[in-house]
Amino acid sequence: MSSILAWLPYAVAGWLLLWGLYGIVKSRNLVHLIICLVILQSSTYVLLLAIGYKAGAVAPVFADMPLGTPAVDPVVQALMLTDIVVEATVAALLLALAVQVYQRAGSLDPRELVRLEG
Amino acid sequence: MHLAPWTVALPLACAALLAALAEKIPRTVADLLALTVAAANTALCALLFRETRSGPVVYWFGGIRPRQGVSLGIDFAIDRIGAGLATLSAVLIFSALLFAARYFDKPQASFQALLLVFLAALCGFSLTGDLFDLFVFFELMSATAVGLCAYKSREVGPLQGAINFAVTNTAGAFITLTGIALLYARTGALNLSQISRMLAGRHDALVLVGFAFVCLGFLVKAAIVPFHFWLADAHASAPTPVCIIFSGAMVEAGLYAVARLHGALFATPLPGFRPALLALGAITCVVGAAMCYAQRHLKRLLAFSTIAHAGAILCGIALLTPEGYAGAALYVAGHGAIKAGLFLCVGMLLHRLHSVDELVLHGRGQGLPWLGALFAALGLLLAGTPPTAMFLGESMLHHALREHAVARLALAIASIVTAAAVLRACGRIFLGWGPREPDAPGGGESDEEPETVPARIPWSMWAAATLLLAGAIASGFLSRQQASKEAMRMLDPHAFATQVLDGAAPSNPEAATPEPLGPALWHSAGTAAGALALAGLTLGRKRLPGALRRACAGVWEPFASALRGLHTGEVGDQVAWLAFGAAILCGAMALG
Repeated sequence: MSSILAWLPYAVAGWLLLWGLYGIVKSRNLVHLIICLVILQSSTYVLLLAIGYKAGAVAPVFADMPLGTPAVDPVVQALMLTDIVVEATVAALLLALAVQVYQRAGSLDPRELVRLEG
Repeated sequence: MHLAPWTVALPLACAALLAALAEKIPRTVADLLALTVAAANTALCALLFRETRSGPVVYWFGGIRPRQGVSLGIDFAIDRIGAGLATLSAVLIFSALLFAARYFDKPQASFQALLLVFLAALCGFSLTGDLFDLFVFFELMSATAVGLCAYKSREVGPLQGAINFAVTNTAGAFITLTGIALLYARTGALNLSQISRMLAGRHDALVLVGFAFVCLGFLVKAAIVPFHFWLADAHASAPTPVCIIFSGAMVEAGLYAVARLHGALFATPLPGFRPALLALGAITCVVGAAMCYAQRHLKRLLAFSTIAHAGAILCGIALLTPEGYAGAALYVAGHGAIKAGLFLCVGMLLHRLHSVDELVLHGRGQGLPWLGALFAALGLLLAGTPPTAMFLGESMLHHALREHAVARLALAIASIVTAAAVLRACGRIFLGWGPREPDAPGGGESDEEPETVPARIPWSMWAAATLLLAGAIASGFLSRQQASKEAMRMLDPHAFATQVLDGAAPSNPEAATPEPLGPALWHSAGTAAGALALAGLTLGRKRLPGALRRACAGVWEPFASALRGLHTGEVGDQVAWLAFGAAILCGAMALG
């Protein structure tokens, strides 16, 4: 049972990665497409946290803690936070572009846009 | 304090200042401020380039140095090739700012701010010695580039290009991050040298997949087939001053990351990696060259030629030998200046004649002899003629690839066909050669509206173009032996790790004497003649015998239309190709 639990986050990360890619490929709406990109990205959160996790360890806050207490890896958590910032920027930028596209073309369908561009 | 962090801090600070003061300061002040900072950054990068001549330089942020060979801090590990790339980026950004000073009607402080952030990201990317920082600078570069690409977002076209760019590159970047996480899981380190020491030459399946994933995002940025679809759209959408950085530095930065990572992490080539990259590079050369030849939109034409040249550079990197690396580095230096100069010529054409369509412009450039001469000279240099670093790089690449006939052929095709396409456009526009073609559908007017009321071409545009031509010729003075020495250092992870982690002195390898340039001169003369002949035949094809003409068309037309059919411009297709390419790369490494 515990071995399944240990592998589960990796399986979830892989699943999210593939599902996000599939969603982008099949998407007919830019907002939907951007959300799929965010899903693709969520897989990296899960993966990073899974890598740093240690059963029975505490949060990596080292005040009032006896030396030698096992803690989860703080590096991956920092990476994940940076990752969130990066993704928020990109998603916001893309959504702003989607708004502009809708104002000009009146459509959010990527295929429609290709046709409009000619 | 060391110079290195300033190459990132200075442009970032100035960009923030410009963005904050955009509305409050006069245009001239903003222009001067941006230009001064770009010039100062060029000087800083050049000083770094000079400082690294006796070996890589390591800078630890906050003075947190490694203890007993274990690093917890973050470093800039500056090798000479990285410093050279940073210098090239700074020169290109300076030219772009100079060119843009009279390109737009209204003051564009936010445009300048974005360019300076781009510069900071490129410098950080070239200098860092930390895998995660590499990703952060990479994403900073992408986000800024998308902003610049959609800068003139009045029409649907630029927005479409920017969205394709952002989605494909971001998807690639997250695959890279997944790879970084996998490598971290195996080694517990993010510093490149620390990772290489923890791996100690072992590469199991996890490391292979992790490294393939890491490279994938960089190959997307490097516009290697089949990840290249976004590049032409992005070039067609972006304002011309931005194109020179996309083509001259950004694509090359992606390739540099692949070269650097493999060199810094693995002492021996990974199984399957060399043939996979070599095949991708050769295919990229051919596809890029063919698509370049098939274009009439000048910016797309140059964008596809960049793809072909990126393929050539990848062929050099794929060998994972000092000669291949050195050839690729020199090639990048020359190509950056030449291609940027060509884009500026197209920008001046757009400024003066309101179009970037080769067929619409037919014969209309006859009043611009100097521009035509510059265009033709740069076109010939693009074929790899002396005296630029591209000539030196190409001769080294051909020598390095002597056992790979197919790759050499692809390299020759890339040089001949892309130069022929540029010379063909030149003959058609500036000399009015060739028949006047009926307006074929699908080419269309430029996506980019000319910005100012044109009277004459402003001196600042000429200055930028002349600077780049001078830079291209000056790059011919780079030493091949020195480049080989740097490449040997780049491919020696043990010596690099001892320097970074244990503070040892840099290694001092003995580079072989480079091959004599005589055969390369003949080779480049042949390439230039081939390009001129192909351009001439294309323009004068009405005079050829009918049977020959039909035979050529019978081979070329189906090939070109099949290739064009693959370039649908839909973002979903592009990401599907990305997934396909990822599967191929991982598969090749699993089987290798």
